[in-house]
Amino acid sequence: MAKPKDVLLDPIFNRNPIGLQILGICSALAVTSKISTVVAMCLAVIFVITGSNVAVSLIRRQIPANIRIIVEITIIATLVIIVDQFLQAFAFSISKQLSIFVGLIITNCIVLGRAEAFAMKNPPGLSFLDGIGNGLGYSLVLLLVGFCRELFGSGKLLGYTILPTTNEGGWYLPNGLMLLPPSAFFIIGLLIWALRTWKTDQIEEEN
Amino acid sequence: MSRDSTTKILSVAFLLCLVCSVLVSAAAVGLSGIQERNKIQERRKNILQAAGLYQPGQPIDEQFRKIEARLVDLQEDAFSQAFDPTTFDSRSAARDPQTSHRIPGDEDPADIKTRSRYKVVYLVKDDTGSLQQLILPVHGKGLWSTMYGFLALDDDFTTINGFAFYEHGETPGLGGEIDNPAWKGQWPGKKIYGPGGEIRIDVLKGTVDRDAPDAVYRVDGLAGATLTARGVENLLHYWMGQDGYRPFLEKLQAQGV
Repeated sequence: MAKPKDVLLDPIFNRNPIGLQILGICSALAVTSKISTVVAMCLAVIFVITGSNVAVSLIRRQIPANIRIIVEITIIATLVIIVDQFLQAFAFSISKQLSIFVGLIITNCIVLGRAEAFAMKNPPGLSFLDGIGNGLGYSLVLLLVGFCRELFGSGKLLGYTILPTTNEGGWYLPNGLMLLPPSAFFIIGLLIWALRTWKTDQIEEEN
Repeated sequence: MSRDSTTKILSVAFLLCLVCSVLVSAAAVGLSGIQERNKIQERRKNILQAAGLYQPGQPIDEQFRKIEARLVDLQEDAFSQAFDPTTFDSRSAARDPQTSHRIPGDEDPADIKTRSRYKVVYLVKDDTGSLQQLILPVHGKGLWSTMYGFLALDDDFTTINGFAFYEHGETPGLGGEIDNPAWKGQWPGKKIYGPGGEIRIDVLKGTVDRDAPDAVYRVDGLAGATLTARGVENLLHYWMGQDGYRPFLEKLQAQGV
């Protein structure tokens, strides 16, 4: 049985869902042009991943093996809809910016991956920690990407001007590529490079 | 009972669906009041912003009290009582054959195919009751999305007092710069119609020469967002043209409100 501390902290650097497993890339591209949307997205993912891990783990002995994926997806979809409804009610402007990407958490491979690979085999307490850990691992990468994209793409952080752009009479000519989704690929690629230089055991063997 | 028996599968599936549907419906029904209110507030805020009347921090409902919503029938080019303007939804009306108007292909620069026969416009009056501003809802295709906005006109119905989009899905930072206050700040004072009544308003590619005689009809383009900027121009040309509000505005000009 894994130690609770490892279950919580491993997904942040050692087994980062984006860095090592390259899961959840789609939303990492889509919502990272601004930090405020990143934060809302991360909170939503942490809630969904933790909730689905705990719920799946609680009923793991009851779930028939041949419908388990459907059961997991149903639970995830329910949580995602609830999050979406809450955002629309209490964070309307953020929810407008995230638009369909909240709904797409349902298809975020990390959530289903953790439910299937961890929560089906472990007790609720550990599954809860695993959910938080993976959510944080995902959030860390998204925040770094969002930081670079917002700073270099629009010269701002959290909406506050850091580098005054030429559009607004300053000196900084923003890098338009940073605002387009492909730039997140470059940043994630660089992050993975940095991570694997630091933790050399993550380097895949060449065939 | 075995975990994989048919009865077990059916009962787990049924119970799970039951629990999940209760949770989802509870969230949707329980929060729908707040969500509706958010949408109305957002819309009102955008109307106020287009008219240049919005004061942050003040209750929106309070500020909105000076603004009167009226329904316009674009087939008769006159105000109409057919629906209640506070609840009329022109987007669903555009899809309903009873209330929609099919735009002929060659007259559809905004690329919206159909529009509602009725539109809700907003009147801003001063204390004596004379019209100061007229706020018109407009929409059209940008690069990725349909852009919805409000255009506030002065009482000569050709000078723009403000123009802002409240819903669009353009690229943040490029086409999304239609939300940039600096760009929106160019619109007030621009004129739509030339002296002969022709539509002159133009969104340039590049920046406007401030000293040119026709600078009053021209707005800077958006760097890196040529198609979004063209979409803005096109939708203005549609809505201010013969198939849009033009005949109604001419009538209003001649007869008064």
